[in-house]
Amino acid sequence: MKQVISAIILTIFAFLTVAPLVFLLTGTLMGNQEIIHCISPALGQNDGYVSWHLLAQFPTLRNVIELLLDSPEFFQMFWNSVKISFGIVLGQIVFGMPAAWGLACYSFRGRKVLYLLCIVLMMMPFQVTMLSEYLVLDRLYLLDSLAAIILPGFFSTFSVFLMYRFFRSIPKSILEAARIDGAGEWQIFLGIGVPLGSSGIISAVILSFLECWSMIEQPLTFLKTKSLWPLSLFMPEIQAGNAGVSLCASFVALLPAVFIFLSGQDYLEQGIAASAVKE
Amino acid sequence: MLIFYLIPFVDVVRRSFSRTMGGFSGLDNYGQVLSNSAFRLAAGNTLRFIAVCLPLLLALSLGISVLLYRLVWGSQLLKSAYLLPLAIPAASVVLLWKLVFHEQGLLNAFLSFLHLNGADWMNTHAAFGVLVFTYIWKNLGYDIILWTAGLASIPESIYEAARVDGAGEWTCFWRITLPNLRPAAFTIVVLSVLNSFKVFREAYLVAGSYPQESIYLLQHVFNNWFQDLSVDKMSAGSVLLALVILVFVLLLQRSWDREDLS
Repeated sequence: MKQVISAIILTIFAFLTVAPLVFLLTGTLMGNQEIIHCISPALGQNDGYVSWHLLAQFPTLRNVIELLLDSPEFFQMFWNSVKISFGIVLGQIVFGMPAAWGLACYSFRGRKVLYLLCIVLMMMPFQVTMLSEYLVLDRLYLLDSLAAIILPGFFSTFSVFLMYRFFRSIPKSILEAARIDGAGEWQIFLGIGVPLGSSGIISAVILSFLECWSMIEQPLTFLKTKSLWPLSLFMPEIQAGNAGVSLCASFVALLPAVFIFLSGQDYLEQGIAASAVKE
Repeated sequence: MLIFYLIPFVDVVRRSFSRTMGGFSGLDNYGQVLSNSAFRLAAGNTLRFIAVCLPLLLALSLGISVLLYRLVWGSQLLKSAYLLPLAIPAASVVLLWKLVFHEQGLLNAFLSFLHLNGADWMNTHAAFGVLVFTYIWKNLGYDIILWTAGLASIPESIYEAARVDGAGEWTCFWRITLPNLRPAAFTIVVLSVLNSFKVFREAYLVAGSYPQESIYLLQHVFNNWFQDLSVDKMSAGSVLLALVILVFVLLLQRSWDREDLS
């Protein structure tokens, strides 16, 4: 009985959190007329209230097709997002993974300080470092190019921190056994560290991808040319003409993120939990 | 190995600390920032936002995770549902928020169905409520995972012993669950505060650079200063903000250390 009650309460809340997604999905499948009929009060054409159907009455893919085939701007933005997100995640693996490994497995002077620095930088909101970053990028002539977003992203300390936590949990005795057997440091890193820390690496990748995909501040500050803007800066206005396509765009924009989320949810949870539980 | 991690680090350090702009003006910049009315409004709003959101979010997520933890069936599915908003980019919800919180929007339609009076959510002080809702919606799953990790670390045997001694559900919760979650709670509070800075994204996309004044946050100030190129104010402001964050991080660090000792 108690189980049933808590299940019901939990389901109600869960429905509330998922509802926006359901609305977007229906909106994507609605035809233009149905949408305009539903939202006309918000357009200022009608008294009464906006209404919404849980299921599209006349489901159609016309808006999806129009969006994907006939709107080059959307396509452009989508690709910008893809380039930024994949670029950053790749860079974080190349630079962040060895960094985390070194921090986790070797003791040297200043290790504690570096680690603390890593956490501090991780916690700083973008606004704190915005100015200094801008000045550096300006000096490097990188402003107003995708590199201005991608390069600083390489050195995000968040993924370093996360991978560090997982690398730390590898027992030291394994490393020592390998060393005695004559394995080189690189061999240890690639043959033991990477496979054993793989769940940490994957969760870092997933969390960074989600972060990059919805990045707003950086592109807004560093990119002036609108053709370079990623999808996360897409700011739809509700107008009668484009309501359907805008809804579609909103939905398509979240698909990659949701896909990554669903395929890596276990790792995502591990990653989040890793920041709360002691090492 | 050394080269691999030192260079990025030095680079990050350089990026984050190279904010000095020739010329020395002492504390003038700080004075200017602190007496700036926009900065004050924004700092007040940000504080108020954290003060309102944090208890709400913590209580709600704790309640849900305790229920979820005891649930035998379907808890994985429900957890996914709660986590999902984390993956949804701000840009995707903007349009929907506009429809839901419009003066003639879905929320008011629902309220009038219940014979309640709605509000013009985006253009009055109710905008603050919208922001609070967005933050909680987005971070609920994250905090639930954190709480669950904390709950999992409480040994089941304590509960069994208590039940043998005749303790009821509520006693168990107040006397066992809460005290044992204290170290985890601290971490969660700090992480939630830090996450609260990200809500700016939604606020910005929904309402632009100059939103309704109850949701004019610190980040808006920074952005607008940046657009006017008021470098001196910005650098002073960032140093102030950085100091506040630093205090939080050090607190977090201390709680971790204390856990290591115990």
